[in-house]
Amino acid sequence: MHTSDFRPLDVQAIREDFPIFADTPPLAFLDSAASTQTPRPVVEAMDAYYDTYRSNIHRGIYRISEEATDQYEKARQKVAQLINAPRTSQIVFTRNTTESINLVAYSWGSMNIQQGDEIVLTDLEHHSNLVPWQLLAQRTGATLRFLEITDEGLLDFTQLRDVLSEKTKLVAITHVSNVLGTINPIQSVIDAAHAAGAKVIVDAAQSVPHFHVDVQQLDCDFLAFSGHKMCGPTGVGVLYGKLELLDEMPPFLGGGSMIRSVERDISTYADVPAKFEAGTPSIAEAIGLGATVDYITEAGLASIHVHEQELLKYAHERLQKIEGITIYGPAPHQKAGVVSFNIEGIHPHDVAGILDTHNVAIRAGHHCAQPLMKKLDVIATARASFYLYNTLEDVDRLHEGLQKAQTLMTRRNK
Amino acid sequence: MNIYQEELLDHYENPSNYGTLPNPDISHEEDNPLCGDKIRIDLIVEDDTIKEVRFSGHGCTISLASASMLTEKIVGKSLEEVKKLSRDDILDMIGIPLGPVRVKCALLALKVLKAGAYGIKGWPGEEDE
Repeated sequence: MHTSDFRPLDVQAIREDFPIFADTPPLAFLDSAASTQTPRPVVEAMDAYYDTYRSNIHRGIYRISEEATDQYEKARQKVAQLINAPRTSQIVFTRNTTESINLVAYSWGSMNIQQGDEIVLTDLEHHSNLVPWQLLAQRTGATLRFLEITDEGLLDFTQLRDVLSEKTKLVAITHVSNVLGTINPIQSVIDAAHAAGAKVIVDAAQSVPHFHVDVQQLDCDFLAFSGHKMCGPTGVGVLYGKLELLDEMPPFLGGGSMIRSVERDISTYADVPAKFEAGTPSIAEAIGLGATVDYITEAGLASIHVHEQELLKYAHERLQKIEGITIYGPAPHQKAGVVSFNIEGIHPHDVAGILDTHNVAIRAGHHCAQPLMKKLDVIATARASFYLYNTLEDVDRLHEGLQKAQTLMTRRNK
Repeated sequence: MNIYQEELLDHYENPSNYGTLPNPDISHEEDNPLCGDKIRIDLIVEDDTIKEVRFSGHGCTISLASASMLTEKIVGKSLEEVKKLSRDDILDMIGIPLGPVRVKCALLALKVLKAGAYGIKGWPGEEDE
């Protein structure tokens, strides 16, 4: 399934699966790091559920409920295969990456983190992989420690030995920075953390959609990602965990589906993954996520990665020539398809606002990474990000829009 | 019509009442955590009437142009009148449609002004919605 046979993406054919690009000129959508567009096959898979077998899963003793259960569980299998999880039951469906990380912070955290323990994070974390650990530290008296970044926006690996100690119980690290695109050397971090006796949770929201991630090879303890950043629907995310950890962890949310038996004062709980899926889940969205896995696997994750690298190099080449531009983060070969930048004298909100008038969609703001903004000594950045449906023309439109923004705004700086 | 119209750009380029006052009766500053925009407004108030105003800070076209236009509007007005200024007054003043994120930029100056007029630490009300 994870074929190493590389074939270039047929981007034009891919774009035909996305009705949002049908206009002339098409929307130049450069905000996939926030949330991607959705191809027809994914919407059709969800429509099929709603139109032909809509019902609740798991306890229905009738045909369409069995069908819904079957499709929901097939989606879990597809996700397990995508990240090479040893067993399908190690895939817990959540609402998104944030919920997956909170699940670990509350459930695993409540059993394993005590006063005096240390949790190691990095300066590159999204608020979703920072605030849950702040809350856990406040509840338990644990301490947060941070791996810093170099001026190039790479993790300062030399600090790792100083930061890790016998007090370290957990390392929570993003695989790819949503702001700088930096691809972290998480294999080395995981190996070092394990050598120090710590567990590792990987925020894979920006990696699983863009290149092949293998949880057995990484040997990470937990890994979290979202459907909506990989061409899937909103409202469904994934938590992968090692089985022995998931088995020992107490439930996160209580309610239906997560129990084995319930008495007035006490309940026993279902096995994983049901133990962590209380209440009726996002059934259509999980089924949609299954179709998403088919879609990006069919396109080929290696092909997607190569395509994004091409866009990234081209974007760096073109944007670097703009007067007064600062591009943050490492060189293209050290990062994923994200370009964060500022143009001297133009507020990033104005950059995004003017680009919008040219039908070019980028993001501007702190990207849910305020500590990183502080580190970069900026209040906000503009960010363009790529996915399998973007073209070199999208980059040209970005470049053209930025030139127009500059013409419009720089008269102020006479 | 888009938000990058001449009038707004003129205010951004040559803002009215930009600066600070040495001994203001009222001085208040707030920021918009979404984008880091920061605006401070200084007022000289005599007999409950605004005699002088200056604003300072940094931000995007919308937040600075809105602050500039607002300061033009309030000289000679009483604090009671200032307290009655609403979100709609500001949006009318800007005169072009804004998306929800940019509405926050446009309303930052009003929040600062009203919190200052009421003498409270931060404006909690509907202006942020």
